[in-house]
Amino acid sequence: MTASTAAQAAYVVAALLFILSLAGLSRHETSRSGVTYGIGGMAIALVATIGLASRSIAATGLALIAVAMVIGAGIGLWRARRVEMTGMPELIAILHSFVGLAAVLVGWNGYLDVEAKGAGQTEIASDLLRIHHAEVFIGVFIGAVTFTGSVIAFLKLSARIKSSPLMLPGRNAINLGGLAAFVALTVAFVVSPHLWLLIAVTAVALALGLHLVASIGGGDMPVVVSMLNSYSGWAAAASGFLLDNNLLIVTGALVGSSGAYLSYIMCTAMNRSFLSVIAGGFGIETGPADTTEYGEHQEINAADTAKMLRDATSVVITPGYGMAVAQAQYPVADLTRRLRERGVEVRFGIHPVAGRLPGHMNVLLAEAKVPYDIVLEMDEINDDLAATTVVLVIGANDTVNPAAIDDPGSPIAGMPVLRVWEAESVIVFKRSMNPGYAGVQNPLFFRENSQMLFGDAKERVEDILRSL
Amino acid sequence: MSQSGQRVGVVAESRAGETRVAATAVTVGQLRGLGYQVVVESGAGLGASLDDEAYREAGADIGSRTEVWGADVVLAVNAPSAEEIALLADGSTLISLLGPAQNPDLLDALARRPVTALAMDAVPRISRAQSLDVLSSMANIAGYRAVVEAAHAFGRFFTGQVTAAGKVPPAKVLVAGAGVAGLAAIGAAGSLGAIVRATDPRPEVADQVRSLGGEYLSVESAEAEVSATGYAKQMSDDYNARAAALYAQQAPEVDIVITTALIPGRPAPLLITEEMVASMRPGSVIVDMAASQGGNVAGTVAGEVVVTANQVSIIGYTDLASRLPAQASQLYGTNLVNLLKLLTPGKDGQLVLDFDDVVQRSVTVVRDGAKTWPPPQVQVSAAPAPATGASVAPVAAPRKAPSPGRTYALVGLGAAVLFLVTAFAPEQLIGNLTVFVLAIVIGYYVIGHVHHALHTPLMSVTNAISGIIVVGALLQIGHAHTAVTVLSFVAVLLASINIFGGFAVTRRMLSMFAKD
Repeated sequence: MTASTAAQAAYVVAALLFILSLAGLSRHETSRSGVTYGIGGMAIALVATIGLASRSIAATGLALIAVAMVIGAGIGLWRARRVEMTGMPELIAILHSFVGLAAVLVGWNGYLDVEAKGAGQTEIASDLLRIHHAEVFIGVFIGAVTFTGSVIAFLKLSARIKSSPLMLPGRNAINLGGLAAFVALTVAFVVSPHLWLLIAVTAVALALGLHLVASIGGGDMPVVVSMLNSYSGWAAAASGFLLDNNLLIVTGALVGSSGAYLSYIMCTAMNRSFLSVIAGGFGIETGPADTTEYGEHQEINAADTAKMLRDATSVVITPGYGMAVAQAQYPVADLTRRLRERGVEVRFGIHPVAGRLPGHMNVLLAEAKVPYDIVLEMDEINDDLAATTVVLVIGANDTVNPAAIDDPGSPIAGMPVLRVWEAESVIVFKRSMNPGYAGVQNPLFFRENSQMLFGDAKERVEDILRSL
Repeated sequence: MSQSGQRVGVVAESRAGETRVAATAVTVGQLRGLGYQVVVESGAGLGASLDDEAYREAGADIGSRTEVWGADVVLAVNAPSAEEIALLADGSTLISLLGPAQNPDLLDALARRPVTALAMDAVPRISRAQSLDVLSSMANIAGYRAVVEAAHAFGRFFTGQVTAAGKVPPAKVLVAGAGVAGLAAIGAAGSLGAIVRATDPRPEVADQVRSLGGEYLSVESAEAEVSATGYAKQMSDDYNARAAALYAQQAPEVDIVITTALIPGRPAPLLITEEMVASMRPGSVIVDMAASQGGNVAGTVAGEVVVTANQVSIIGYTDLASRLPAQASQLYGTNLVNLLKLLTPGKDGQLVLDFDDVVQRSVTVVRDGAKTWPPPQVQVSAAPAPATGASVAPVAAPRKAPSPGRTYALVGLGAAVLFLVTAFAPEQLIGNLTVFVLAIVIGYYVIGHVHHALHTPLMSVTNAISGIIVVGALLQIGHAHTAVTVLSFVAVLLASINIFGGFAVTRRMLSMFAKD
């Protein structure tokens, strides 16, 4: 056993632990052990790598590593402890950007280590040199796209910039042009590895990532975030190829396919193709002007809502992003508890794209101590809605829009939705009669069995609690 | 109180047997909320268990007959008599049930006075006007009461039971016409435990019948009907013949028949003939809710109970809603409040009539002494009228599943590309590619089983794991080149934020998930 084979063995073990970690997260019961496996895998990988590196680098190098890791750990742990659960999407987006940036740096280092030394380099056998050129490029490209894309996603999610899609003329041409430029530059770089080519490809990739995410609207953020998750994985895998490191390749591929799978789930939930989301611009198809006369909506007040809830036998709550914005999850959880004490069956129906992150609503409700076994997915609850007395729609709109099923001309036609209108009565919490993200009017509000409760979701739920 | 709005008079009903009243203590409060002053005729609410004191507490004044009829706005349940019309003040507004289609003389009498009259029974059947639709709210009560009357006259249980003294079969109830009254009857009879069947010419109501626990009996006919006005229309002879056959077949089987078939502005259709009544078992009960319009049953006498030779009771009460006076008054009163909300846009107690509004136009039968009946027709049914009458099938546009041929082609193409890439790759890369491809497949299967609620923790853990890129940076740090070392330092720092932050936040999230 040499130091090198020991490190390789450690990598295999670490890779296996990562797989166990992801497998553990598939169920609530095993999720905590899943995280422990992940931490174990990471620890083994780090120890092995530092051990390997310590043979070839000086003490100053080790000190640098320690300093960097301590600072990084400090920032990471601090952010993790302080972040609000409503702020999870932002945190995850910014974390993606770090992976992307790190991949860019690793790629540049690869260039400085090998290509920059010209014929004098000794690290790479000459027949593998061209492959190395390509690997540097791919790693930098994916990393840079991930980096700027995640930064824009972060800014949009934290409302530091407007979340409406950026509409440049010829959006698709810009994206395709970016890809074409990447291919052309790669070929040029493989032929003759000049520094300016590397700078050019970094700039192109940064711009592409920027444009890609800027042209996607706020409502598509669940897809964007999981897509960036996927990219950050591919960036790590590309670095693995560059450094001939199997652990990086395995881990990158795991993360890459997990992000891709989540994006796929989100897209199915919106009945849209992955490409159309990535290419951006959902709200653009304006279609025929909406002149339909919907009639008038009925209003209800908190006291009457409380009365209805008291007399109900079963209640389903369908939350949306509005609940997160209003921070209403705590009063909602209170309401749930109170109703359950009265013997009312309360359950939650979560649409896959509710919120700004896959599974975001679940985390918010868990934070407020709503038991997870009454929080059901759309497919689990949809058939029970017809037998439900009252449905409370809190801050959701497009995900409960009957037009998706009834109106083939609607921009959201065919999107699977929660069929809340089948319930005996529906109460919609809403700030005003403005349409939702997709800009589509919601006929639900004008149904005979729906009533509107206007105002801030949190305050209204608290009003209901007082009247109960 | 500084109420300066118009005075609203609530009259005591003069019609014999009428127990309802046009406002309850609750709705008086709501009327005052709209800015009106309210005067209630002494004793107006006695039939509905509301004494003068209750109204006084709600903020109303108690007044005499002339005072109330002389108010700016007069609320009543029944149409006024000639003498009462004379009491109306000039320029005042009368709101009550007027039956404008059936009572042209009444309209003429009203139009001879400089007054405005609004007919609560002329509210168009559109969603927006539902909250003022008296016919619906009264029909709902009447449907419930019809079942109660039937149960009273029926000598048996409604529900089936197995007792020590023997087995009791459940009663069978047939409801003809699944409008508001019919549906209320279906619900009430079902809750008493009876087996309920219902017929209706409009196939679109089948789901509503089933939702209340009833069985929908369809009349086999090509002439399915989607109603444009929300009411049933007169059916063709062919349809009627088939319907008659259905009733003839059901009559000997069922214990209770409740008929609710009314066609606006026409005598009620005869559904149950003398022979059918004769074929029913002794002790059976028929409630004819259309008795006031001539009845759906041969032998009905309006307002009375008739017992036939074969001991079948035919109940022809026309005051079913009044038999639940407190409930009926409350709902009618609320309908009136909802109408006045519409007519009082400023909530300042000033009644304003807007003829551009379909609802207001439709209910107004006399305006300032001029007859405005009938109003222009309102098309209300939102559904287009497809010939089949079937409800519009959901037209979701699922993406076409790729054909198997295409799938094979794609897989084949992918395999070929992979083969070529690997075959031409240098040996070192082959190992990397193998690991890469297998890891993708493993990742796909592992992630595919993740519970939807754990997607966010999954993302944050994969985030932490993708911090593994630190390994790359670690291997590059401390190499001769200063620039490399600096860049690696930054990369290690960033990746460490990911690793520690990602795992910590995941643990924090998972600790929140608690089972019930």
